[in-house]
Amino acid sequence: MTALLAIDGVSKSFGALRVINDLTLSLQPGEALGIIGPNGAGKTTMFNLISGNVTPGQGTVHFKGQNISHWSPAQRCRAGIGRTYQIPHPFGGMTVYENLLVGAIYGAHHAERAAGRLAMNLLDLTGLAPKADKLAGGLPLLDRKRLELARALATEPKLLLLDEIGGGLTEHEVHELIGIIKTIRAQGTAIIWIEHVVHALMAVVDRLAVINFGVLLAEGEPAAVMAAPEVQAVYLGVEAA
Amino acid sequence: MRAKLLSPKAFQIYGLALLVVLMVVAASQPWWARRYTEQWTTEFLYTLALAQAWNLLAGYGGLLSVGQQAFIGVGAYMVVALGLLAGWNPFLTIPVAGLVCVVLAIPMAALLFRLKGANFAVGTWVAAEVLRLLVSNIDAVNGGSGISITPTLIGMPIWWRMSETLWIALALGVGGMAMVYGLLRTRLGLALTAVRDSEPAAASLGVSVSRMKWAVYLVAALWAGMTGALIFITKLRVAPDAAFSIDWMTTTFFVTVIGGIGTVEGPLIGTAVFFALRALLADYGSWYLIALGLVAIIFMLFIPQGIAGVLKTLTGSNLFPTQRHAPKVAS
Repeated sequence: MTALLAIDGVSKSFGALRVINDLTLSLQPGEALGIIGPNGAGKTTMFNLISGNVTPGQGTVHFKGQNISHWSPAQRCRAGIGRTYQIPHPFGGMTVYENLLVGAIYGAHHAERAAGRLAMNLLDLTGLAPKADKLAGGLPLLDRKRLELARALATEPKLLLLDEIGGGLTEHEVHELIGIIKTIRAQGTAIIWIEHVVHALMAVVDRLAVINFGVLLAEGEPAAVMAAPEVQAVYLGVEAA
Repeated sequence: MRAKLLSPKAFQIYGLALLVVLMVVAASQPWWARRYTEQWTTEFLYTLALAQAWNLLAGYGGLLSVGQQAFIGVGAYMVVALGLLAGWNPFLTIPVAGLVCVVLAIPMAALLFRLKGANFAVGTWVAAEVLRLLVSNIDAVNGGSGISITPTLIGMPIWWRMSETLWIALALGVGGMAMVYGLLRTRLGLALTAVRDSEPAAASLGVSVSRMKWAVYLVAALWAGMTGALIFITKLRVAPDAAFSIDWMTTTFFVTVIGGIGTVEGPLIGTAVFFALRALLADYGSWYLIALGLVAIIFMLFIPQGIAGVLKTLTGSNLFPTQRHAPKVAS
C-alpha cells in the first residue's frame, strides 16, 4: 500500500535557524497520527511544509504518490489536504455559512447548491448550525476553533491537519471535540493532530510522534512513546519547567 | 433586539430608488443643467469610477497600490496618440486606452507582485514615476511641457461634447459600481471576499490567491485607463506632471477610506462626502486641505469601517447585499 503522505528527508531553515532537520515521516490512508513536542520544536513548520505555506529547503513531500514539494497551498488543498490554523483565521466579514462555502466550492469543487448542503451538514456536525448566518468576525474563541475545523472539512480532505485545535478549551469542550474528531476519523479521513492536550490525543490517534528541535525524537504506539525515557526527559522536562 | 432606524428592506428600497432618481437626474443634465453643473457631475462620476477601481484592488484584492496614476496617465496619453496624432474621434480612444492599460499591466504585475506590503506600494508609485519620466522625454507629445488636445474636438458642438463626456463618466462611475457588485455576487466574489479577509486561510481552502490578485489588478488597470482618457478629454490639455500625478490617488484614498473600504457603496458615499466638503470649504484656501486631512485621520483612527460600515450597523442592512443565506434544512 502506498503511503497517503510521505515526508522524506525534509529540512527547513529560517535564516541561520534550522527549524526542521532531516525529518522523515509517513502516513497511511485513514490513519491518525498525533504530534507532540515543546513550543518552538518545529511542529507548526512541519504543518506548513505539508500544506504548502512554506516549501522545503531540502527533501521532498509526496501526497498520494505525487511530489507536491513545490505546489501552492491552494493546489494542495484541492488535491485533498485540509488544514486548520492554530490562531483561527476566520473570514470576519462573511457569515459562518459563507466561510464554509469557500472551502466547499474552491477546495472540494462543488456547485453552489451542493456546497450549501455540505456546509449545512458540517455546521450541524460542529454545532455551529444556529450561528450559520452570523458574521464570523463576531464569534467567540470556541466557535472560531469550530469554524476552523468545519471550514477545513468543507474542502473534503483526504488528510486533515489539526493545529492545536484543543488549546484554550475547557475540559467539557475538549470532550466534545474528541467526539467530533472521532466521527471524522470514522469517515476514513486521515488526520495529523498537533496538540498539547495529551489525553485528547491519546483518545483518538493510532500513532504518536515526538518532535524536538526539528528532529523526530520518537515515534510509535502512543502509550509506548509516552513511556520512553528520552520522551519523559525532553518533553515532560520542558513541560514541568 | 435593538430598534433599527429603518427596516433592512425599507433601507434597500429607499436607497435603490434614490440611486435611480439620481442617475436619471445626472443623465438628463444636458437638457436642463448649466455647463458648470454638468462639469461638476462629470467630475463626481469619474472620481467615483477611480474610487471603485481602487476599492476593488485594495479593499478586496489587498493590493495597496499608490500608483494607479500610471494607468490614468497612459490612458490620457492614448487620447494624444490616437486622437491628436492619429486623428481618431477622442471618445473612441477611451476603450482602446483601457485595453492598452491592461496589456501594460501584465508586465507591470509580473514585476510588482514580487514585492509585498509596503514594498509593493512604493513599487507601484515608482512604476508610475518611471512612466511619467519616459513620457516626458517623448518629443512627439511635446515632452514635459504637455500638449493641447483641443484640435481633436474641433468641429464637435460643445453641447454634444459635454453630453458625451457626462454619459461616459456615468457609465464608468455607475458601471464600475455595478461591475464590482455583480462580481461580488458570483462565485468569484466569494473568493475575492475571502482573500480580503484572510489570504492564508483563502489559500488553504483552495482559492488561488495569486490568480485573484492578477484579475483585480488587470480590471483596475482597465478602469483607471479608460477613466484617465475621459478625464483628460474634459481637461483639453495633457501634461506628464498632471496625468501621472499622485494627487489622483490621494483623492481616491480619501473617498474610499471615509466611505468604507471593501464595501460596494463606500466609494459612492465617500465621493458624495468629498464633494460636499469641497463645496463647503472652498472659500477657506489651505484650511480646506487641512480639514480634509483631519477628517481622513479621524476616520482611519476611529471609524476604519467608514460611513458604509456605520450605516450597516445602524440599519442592519446593506444597500448592496452580497450575503448568501444558509438554506433552511428540516432536521
